[in-house]
Amino acid sequence: MTAPAGPTRPAPAPPAGPPRPSTAAPAAASAAVDKRLKLVEATMRRHGFRGNALIETLHTAQEAYGFLDDDLLRLVARTLKLPLSKVYGVATFYNLFTLKPAGKHACVVCLGTACYIKGSGRLMDTLHKELGLKAGGTTANGHLSLLTARCFGSCAMAPAAVIDGEISGKIVPDALVARLRKLAEDAS
Amino acid sequence: MTPEELDRTQERELADDAKYEHQVHVCVGTACVALGSATVAKNLEAEIKASGRDGKVKVRCVGCPGLCALGPLVEVEAKDKPEDEPATLYQYVKPEDAREIAESIGGAPASRLQADTRQPFFTRQTKIVLENCGRIDPERIEDYIAAGGYRALEKALFEMQPQEVIDEISKSGLRGRGGAGFPTGLKWATVAKSNSPAVTRVPDDILARKFVICNGDEGDPGAFMDRSTMEGDPFRIIEGMVVAGYAVGAGKGYVYVRAEYPLAVKRLRSAIRQAQRSGMLGATIMGSGFNFDIDVRLGAGAFVCGEETSLIASIEGGRGTPRPRPPFPAESGLWGCPTLINNVETLANIAPIISRGAAWFAGIGTEKSKGTKVFALTGQVNNTGLIEVPMGISLREIVFDIGGGLPEGRNFKAVQTGGPSGGCIPAQYLDMKVDYESLAQVGSIMGSGGMIVMDDQTDMVEIARFFMEFCMEESCGKCVPCRVGTAQMHGLLTRISEGKATQAHLDTLTELCDMVRRTSLCGLGQSAPNPVLSTLRYFKSEYEDKLVKDGQNER
Repeated sequence: MTAPAGPTRPAPAPPAGPPRPSTAAPAAASAAVDKRLKLVEATMRRHGFRGNALIETLHTAQEAYGFLDDDLLRLVARTLKLPLSKVYGVATFYNLFTLKPAGKHACVVCLGTACYIKGSGRLMDTLHKELGLKAGGTTANGHLSLLTARCFGSCAMAPAAVIDGEISGKIVPDALVARLRKLAEDAS
Repeated sequence: MTPEELDRTQERELADDAKYEHQVHVCVGTACVALGSATVAKNLEAEIKASGRDGKVKVRCVGCPGLCALGPLVEVEAKDKPEDEPATLYQYVKPEDAREIAESIGGAPASRLQADTRQPFFTRQTKIVLENCGRIDPERIEDYIAAGGYRALEKALFEMQPQEVIDEISKSGLRGRGGAGFPTGLKWATVAKSNSPAVTRVPDDILARKFVICNGDEGDPGAFMDRSTMEGDPFRIIEGMVVAGYAVGAGKGYVYVRAEYPLAVKRLRSAIRQAQRSGMLGATIMGSGFNFDIDVRLGAGAFVCGEETSLIASIEGGRGTPRPRPPFPAESGLWGCPTLINNVETLANIAPIISRGAAWFAGIGTEKSKGTKVFALTGQVNNTGLIEVPMGISLREIVFDIGGGLPEGRNFKAVQTGGPSGGCIPAQYLDMKVDYESLAQVGSIMGSGGMIVMDDQTDMVEIARFFMEFCMEESCGKCVPCRVGTAQMHGLLTRISEGKATQAHLDTLTELCDMVRRTSLCGLGQSAPNPVLSTLRYFKSEYEDKLVKDGQNER
């Protein structure tokens, strides 16, 4: 695993305070004790605030916030009584967790074997040439992120991509470029 | 649900079905849903209702019937259809075709949309694992019960001792479908014999001291058998797990599923809830006194978590890194307790073996590989999709008969099995029987069931590089041979690919393959060289053609 690419490295874990899980709020997001935070806390509560709920908690957190920022990781560490190093380790180990905010729209291109044989590698080259996007990149205006995955298990539709959560198959490069260009320019 | 209630539910469901003259099955697997099959189902229902026939025609959303290449698929079956007659199948159905299909029901089929059900794709398969896929609504436990579900569990709980269940599985000859082919009965017996240690790391809210894990972390790119099984018939997996739990004396089970399979996760969760509500999971299942419950755990995009010790680490909430074996999980697994880990397809085979008997199962397949295997047939082949075939079938039958050959007159070059841990099998072995031993002999593995057909335009060095890149990125980094070795091999393969390598580089690559294979900690590293080794074995000239020749300057 490579070093994390966040703008700020998290500070060492704060000393674990008394466990007040249900009321714990992230330091920098005091104004945002919102629904999203409640979702994260509900997941932790369902698992009795045990350390083994870490991955489930991060899943909920990412779903709610879109990515895992430092404050969120600190909160999870404190609430589950885990060292921040462990939380950070898990968050960076698994490909699905991201520490960077993603663009408003996301296109995930499958690079599994079946898709690769049917040209998804060339598809990525085309996207790079036409939109200037590489895997993991986001357009300058923050509207569109390009991501890759290893197989959605939809090989019969190869080459496949998931655009904003919806899978499309048998992709034609030009059509995808046109569609993504529209999303990237979409200001709404 | 007691056995009597199970009888009553089944009778009621069958009687209810008998009221309908026609059954319409609409595939709602991932591939068909992506092509709009949910709308197709909605429109069909509306059309049938509008024509006042909703008491006569039943529309049912079902799991994947297999031929994803022709989706969305709709099947119309008449009640009085003879056993050996195939139902009418419609292909490429669009939402606006609903009226045409609805109007044809009871009359002549809508020939414009009709698929040929006499083709070998349908006639050459033997369905055990997938027998309910495409037949039942995966979100209704009653559908599963009507199809004979939970009869195996009833038999195991009320007519068999745990040891008898294990003996039955051993006698059936079932081997692990995750790839390695370990005898399932032997694994069960080991877990049953193992005692839990006095001190464990089990969280205090869990009373169980033995566990059953269903490995649904189907990470091989190009494989989607387990996804389709989980989406199409989740109850069968749950039933298999409960029978396994009873046999080995476990009290809790986990299904570990990739988060990349949202539909499978949703259906499994719904199936578990329904099973709990009907008393088929939880305390004293079917009134037998046996307690067993199941939770779903999500993966988070790490290929290595398909390895059993990594998977356990992940369920415990940590980084999914493997540890040396022994001790094997059968003796010391989840939280230090004896743990049975079986693949989705293995567990899906349990209920039919218990219901129909070991002898029936052992009658299918070859001497050492019994039963059937589900393959995800993809790549340059006409009929991409999911197939279930008896062990011992030849590769030629799979690719050219069932698969319908290669598109646009392309020529067959190789078929890749086993994903990043497997190898490429060239044309000269097309008549080889498909079983664990034969595949290993030619340098590949059965693997979990991905089967990718490659044509003569495929660059084999590039394929080897592709798989090595995958292994390099997915290496967890714990052991040096895998972490560094895969990166070095990838570098060498890239160099060869770009025409910048000499014979010395190729020699180093071969040497590294051997080293990484022998010294890596887990299966990921041990099998990472396989794609290189097998392409070197059969397509060496493609490597050599790319080398810088003597006298040429190394660029």
